[in-house]
Amino acid sequence: MTASILTVDDSPSLRMAIRIALTGAGYDVTEAGDGVEGLAAAAAKRFDLIITDLNMPNMDGLTMIRELRQAPEQAGVPIIFLTTESDDAMKQQAKAAGATGWLVKPFVPEQLIKVSRKVLGR
Amino acid sequence: MSTQDPVAAFRVEAGELLDQIEHGLLDLGHRLDDRALIDEVFRGLHTLKGSGAMFGFDALAEFTHHCETAFDRVRKGLAPATQELVAVILSARDHMRALLEGDGTGLEATGAAILEQLQAAIDGCAGEASGSSASPVPTSPAGQAARGGWRLFFRLPADAMANGTNPLMLLDELRELGDCRIVARTDTVPPLADLVPTECHIGWDVELRGDISRDDIDDVFIFVMDDMELTIEPLGDAIAQAPPETIEEVPVVEVPATAQDVSVNRVPANAGAKTNATPGESVRVPAERLDELMDRVGELVIVQSRLSQLASGHGSAVGNELALRSISEEIERLAGELRDTMMVLRMVPVASLFSRFRRLVHDLARETGKTIELSTEGETTEVDKTMIERLADPMVHLIRNACDHGLETPEDRLATGKAAAGQVHLSAHQAGGEVLITIRDDGRGIDRARVRAKAESQGLIQPGQQVSDHDLLQMIFHPGFSTAAQVTNLSGRGVGMDVVKRTIESLRGAIDITSVPGEGSTVVLRIPLTLAIIDGLLVRVGEGRYVIPLGAVEECLELSLEEDLRSRGRSFITLRDRLVPFLRLREIFDTGTRPDPHQKIVVIATGSERVGLVVDQIIGSHQTVIKSMSPLHRDVATFAGATILGDGGVALILDVAQLVMLGQNQEERLRAAG
Amino acid sequence: MSDLIPEKTATQWDAAGNLEVLTFNLGEETFALEATLVREILDLLPETRVPGAAPLLGSVVNFRGKIIPIADLRLAFAMPAAEATVDSRIVVIETEAEGETVQIGIRTDKVHEVATLQRAASEEPPAVGMRWRRDFVRELVRRQDGVVVLPDLAAIFHSLVGSADSAAAQPSTLH
Repeated sequence: MTASILTVDDSPSLRMAIRIALTGAGYDVTEAGDGVEGLAAAAAKRFDLIITDLNMPNMDGLTMIRELRQAPEQAGVPIIFLTTESDDAMKQQAKAAGATGWLVKPFVPEQLIKVSRKVLGR
Repeated sequence: MSTQDPVAAFRVEAGELLDQIEHGLLDLGHRLDDRALIDEVFRGLHTLKGSGAMFGFDALAEFTHHCETAFDRVRKGLAPATQELVAVILSARDHMRALLEGDGTGLEATGAAILEQLQAAIDGCAGEASGSSASPVPTSPAGQAARGGWRLFFRLPADAMANGTNPLMLLDELRELGDCRIVARTDTVPPLADLVPTECHIGWDVELRGDISRDDIDDVFIFVMDDMELTIEPLGDAIAQAPPETIEEVPVVEVPATAQDVSVNRVPANAGAKTNATPGESVRVPAERLDELMDRVGELVIVQSRLSQLASGHGSAVGNELALRSISEEIERLAGELRDTMMVLRMVPVASLFSRFRRLVHDLARETGKTIELSTEGETTEVDKTMIERLADPMVHLIRNACDHGLETPEDRLATGKAAAGQVHLSAHQAGGEVLITIRDDGRGIDRARVRAKAESQGLIQPGQQVSDHDLLQMIFHPGFSTAAQVTNLSGRGVGMDVVKRTIESLRGAIDITSVPGEGSTVVLRIPLTLAIIDGLLVRVGEGRYVIPLGAVEECLELSLEEDLRSRGRSFITLRDRLVPFLRLREIFDTGTRPDPHQKIVVIATGSERVGLVVDQIIGSHQTVIKSMSPLHRDVATFAGATILGDGGVALILDVAQLVMLGQNQEERLRAAG
Repeated sequence: MSDLIPEKTATQWDAAGNLEVLTFNLGEETFALEATLVREILDLLPETRVPGAAPLLGSVVNFRGKIIPIADLRLAFAMPAAEATVDSRIVVIETEAEGETVQIGIRTDKVHEVATLQRAASEEPPAVGMRWRRDFVRELVRRQDGVVVLPDLAAIFHSLVGSADSAAAQPSTLH
């Protein structure tokens, strides 16, 4: 079955780039514009992978990751966060919040696909 | 512009981010310690940098990175937000726009200068500035390969599985690297009663054989390396080695931010820009409005199929005629509804217009040393998109006037018992088919004596002539009229109130000014809701048909041949004791035809100015859908657009403001001639 | 606007040095425009004169609900105006002019076929001895049956901007 991926980012262009890369690699992609929308989307359906930005209005990525990890039905869902530089403090916070891994912006589609394969195993 | 083009999407988005940053900074200028605003600006810079780098806008990303770094210090409380910092980042924001829109050449010097100012602004208030903006990429100490292979042991943190790491996949990845012997260690698995099923307590011993580099192994564990237990040692000298080393974090997915490394995969930023100098305009449309449009189109398709059926059918002649009439009525209704829905789609809230002026007022306050507060009201009022664009310039001028000439200095204000901060208030509201936009200040008001003196010196009124206060104030709209004794670099730009008035009138709008000495002035702009459809008067001049906007038409008169002959060389008619100049369109349009024996004069007016247009025939009123002229015809100022007539032909729409001006010029020339 | 002086338009020959064009006649001369620019070929339409516009772009037509100018390139190439014939057609093209995408109808005396021109047979317009403005011609391409002219539309239309200053704004016949 096609793996379904939720991408959460307030930047439409970035979401578009992610969608194009991942659908091109055969994944099914759902988009959300911020943490609140991301939570709503994840509540409606269990995704195989969630890729989220950290800096977002309304609800930032950290809060969303924490909220997601509170929910028993989201246990084990890999969450990859996007970060702009190797900001260790941020990375630690996101990991502590329950993120699985990260991807540093800017990235090329191949890296995104590689990371998705890594945590999805397919 | 394709919706599948992320670069195009980024351009639109970056424009919005820049606006958001600007608004945040302007607000911040008023409330320097507002955390939420600081966060908002930071987030804008952050997203701009991140996405910019993604889509190949490297210069933009790098420049923004420096601003973000500086601003991050403010966010973290290491440096206070100051007016200087806000001002520098505002100019940095303008530079970002230039980087976004330009091809990045010739902007380095500006950028460097701004960064220097930025450094100064941060240094000035927080001792040492952050020097290490780009943290060096940690290098892996373990690039070597072990000939024989590796022996490793790893145990994941207890919460790893709940957090999305699947140990089986890690093992699979290791297997992909080479020949693997895996043994699970279950010694730390708690008794069943204490076991939490989502926690992972198993450790694995792995012997990995083959020519495998250490980096490859690190890659497998990249995401869990910080928290896990991991020992790695080369297989060959496992016995000799004493304590197994623990691993530092090694980011693997790090990408150099320079374009050449990854240029193959990235879309060049200017790929789309070559053929399209300006990115296509886009409007956001609420989905329900599109649905409405879709419904109408659906109905239209149904009616269309009824019509084709009728065309190919064999019904009786009488029955067909009835059916045809019903279809015709249906199409008429649908066309009307489609038109109305379409018009609504073009409407945008004036908020997008008003928000532009916040920056203007901020800059004006800095330049003039005045304290100015801008308030707005009715921003949700909707106006045609084109109208918004065309209103921007005149409003800039009016606001400049209010700030520059209207408002007093704080000292003067305090001396007259006013609050030190001057108020500029913008409001919009809809009244019938019009939108009223008001620009009000609480400054000193217009000095009547100066206006009168100027009007007398220009010969607009006679010394001592009785003029109503209202009429006197309207004098400031006269060409070349400026009451500012001291021309400042703000308002003294050669654009006068006359140009403002003409622009508003070219939108088929009107402008009015009232002023109370000592209390301030109010300018009211009345503009139609839309530019797309007007009621017009269709006339014929020679062989051409033209539309005169009906709103500008005062009356229509007959120009008898005798009168025409008598007036030759004068070109004035007397209308209720006033001389009104008239223009023979046949001559202006050089039709090369003979005048109709029964020519008509259509008297048009903008404000109090009147001019008569001599036409050959008045055909009648006409619902006019305005089409724009080709860009190649933009220089032809006499026409405001064109429209398509019932027979498919084209009629040009006269630009009333231009023609009135033409008439006035003619009048002045004739006066000057004697 | 008029400070946008366009560079001489470069002809986009393909890798093999070929160019697909639509050829047409103005008077005795054969002209060619890139086939990719051509949107439609129409029979003559009723034209509406635009008083004050440059004669070369002196009228407009209703092309599918859009108002587009009709260009009479004869005037750019010093040919006398001519009456329409049964062969006259309007070639609607879409091109860049003055920094914007514009549709223009080009009045032609006869439209021929789509042909392939070869770069090898093309040359720059001569510096002397040509009756036409040199900047209006991109290239001259030799073929068996004569020479084909590749006009520089951007240069031609640019020459009008500013000079077309509405004659209507300065009426000469008002007394």
